[in-house]
Amino acid sequence: MGLLSKKDAQLITDPLADNNPITIQVLGICSALAITAELKASLVMAISVLFVLGLGNVVISLMRNIIPSKIRIIVQLIVVAALVIIVDLVLKAFAYELSKTLSVFVGLIITNCIIMGRFEAFALGNGPWKSFLDGIGNAVGYGVILIIVGFFRELFGSGTLFGIPVLGDPIAKTGLYAIGYENNGFMIMPPMALIVVGIIIWIQRTKNKALIED
Amino acid sequence: MGLKSNLHNIKEKYKGTKMAPAFNAIHTFLYLPNETTHNGTHIKAADDLKRTMNTVIMAMVPCLIFGMFNAGYQHNVAFGTGSVISGGLFSAEFWSLDNLLIGAWKIIPILVVSYGVGLLIEFIFAVIKKHEVEEGYLVTGMLVPLIVPVDIPLWMLAVAVAFGVVIGKEVFGGTGMNILNPALTIRAFLFFAYPTWMSGDKVWVEGAVKQDQLIAAGENLDAISGETILGSLAQNKEAGYDVMDMFFGFIPGSVGETSTLLILLGGLFLIFTKIGSWRIMLSSVIGALVMGLIFNGVVSSGWITESSKFYGLMSTEFWHHLLIGGFAFGTVFMATDPVTASQTNKGKWIYGFLIGFISILIRVFNPAYPEGVMLAILLMNVFAPTIDHYVVQGNVKQRMKRLKAKTA
Repeated sequence: MGLLSKKDAQLITDPLADNNPITIQVLGICSALAITAELKASLVMAISVLFVLGLGNVVISLMRNIIPSKIRIIVQLIVVAALVIIVDLVLKAFAYELSKTLSVFVGLIITNCIIMGRFEAFALGNGPWKSFLDGIGNAVGYGVILIIVGFFRELFGSGTLFGIPVLGDPIAKTGLYAIGYENNGFMIMPPMALIVVGIIIWIQRTKNKALIED
Repeated sequence: MGLKSNLHNIKEKYKGTKMAPAFNAIHTFLYLPNETTHNGTHIKAADDLKRTMNTVIMAMVPCLIFGMFNAGYQHNVAFGTGSVISGGLFSAEFWSLDNLLIGAWKIIPILVVSYGVGLLIEFIFAVIKKHEVEEGYLVTGMLVPLIVPVDIPLWMLAVAVAFGVVIGKEVFGGTGMNILNPALTIRAFLFFAYPTWMSGDKVWVEGAVKQDQLIAAGENLDAISGETILGSLAQNKEAGYDVMDMFFGFIPGSVGETSTLLILLGGLFLIFTKIGSWRIMLSSVIGALVMGLIFNGVVSSGWITESSKFYGLMSTEFWHHLLIGGFAFGTVFMATDPVTASQTNKGKWIYGFLIGFISILIRVFNPAYPEGVMLAILLMNVFAPTIDHYVVQGNVKQRMKRLKAKTA
């Protein structure tokens, strides 16, 4: 017997692939398009959402029996807002440059549909441990797509990964740039993020035909 | 045994296998297929998709050949190895073998890459999707070399063609299903991905970029400037070409879009063969003229001063807009694309008018995108189904009213 029962493990593994919040449920697209021009920003965003969703799910789950259902949305909002403010302040304190790059999008985690969606759909009806696993699973599923998109966009758009040049120096013309390669300026524009996400969805549904809906 | 029977045998041999569509395509592209159906209802029509495509290509060939001469001519003038034309359309300075060779040397590889990459992707998709290869790329492959600068690096073109064909067309289901004109998708991709190769005053003249790099490396050479007319006007500078130059096309620009005369002939040919829609072409010209007149009016009523950054393009005489930039080419060969344009006759008038109108609007107000016609057509491509919807609904309403009046 492992650490997790089979059902619990599914809570984590499902959102990674066949029930991915971005590619299947198509939630949280806004931030996925806006901040994935750099891998670093994508990673920080993924971690922030992981923190907010994992903890938020637990908090909501603990309070689920005392929240009057008429005002549950407000309560959920307060919980997310509190967690997001913690993330925002931590970023400002320890990674100021990055928090500037992410700008309003950290604050906008509050409106990220994935978070409210999981609170409503899962945490309100399940115990804290399950809710925690569900939160982690969904946040990682979101983060994985963010990182894949960020990887391709930064690699082809700026020729770097985590800010480190990997294809050579475009000004001194070394590496790939010596033979005439150039960065693709389109990659760092948001439309291209949509297309990259679209290609991921395409590949995923080609591999698993069960996901194709009419 | 001739090529035809050989092809036929190969085709028979591969019938029913995975690669069958690819061989079928080669066969039907070169020859009329041997087999015909023998029963059932038939509509006999000579203009199938292949014939339509070939007609459009024929209309574009003069532009391509002219583009080759022009590329060489622009090169020779800029580098001081040739003289400026003096004798109108048939000047010997323009129609020289030297010019043709320089141009062909650059443009034929572009043509080969465009067709090579595009058809390869079409073949791959046909094999994967197990359907016949569609002829849709034949026109796109010809359009692409005509709407790019002569100095475009070939690998960039290959990337853009792959993007345009896959994202612009195949994901929607292939020829006939696409929302956006694939050739313009390719151009837009190039424009946004590699803006330094699609605008500025270097890329339009063969060799100017290389010259620039040599200068940067410390060689003692003169920098070459081959600004397009739109580029000059956007900077409030005199373009330095007279109207006849613009009309005949002895000006820098994308390969095939400079000669308004030949585009006009191509357009008439398309109208005569009933392949291009005259409604779209005419309404687009009207739209451009209206917008041009509005801007001329703004200038003549003194609402805008000469120091304004829009002055150069706003004060351009309204009908000059038809001659400069890619407006004529876009209107004749791209706006009329039957797949992405409006389908209803009334819709075509609206669609065309807005293309012309918006082209000039973008041209004037956004000098960073001097080629407004590309964005205008792409935008209207998106709205074409909406226009059609309202035209059809309007018609339905009208008839319902008539019906009510009759029965009441």
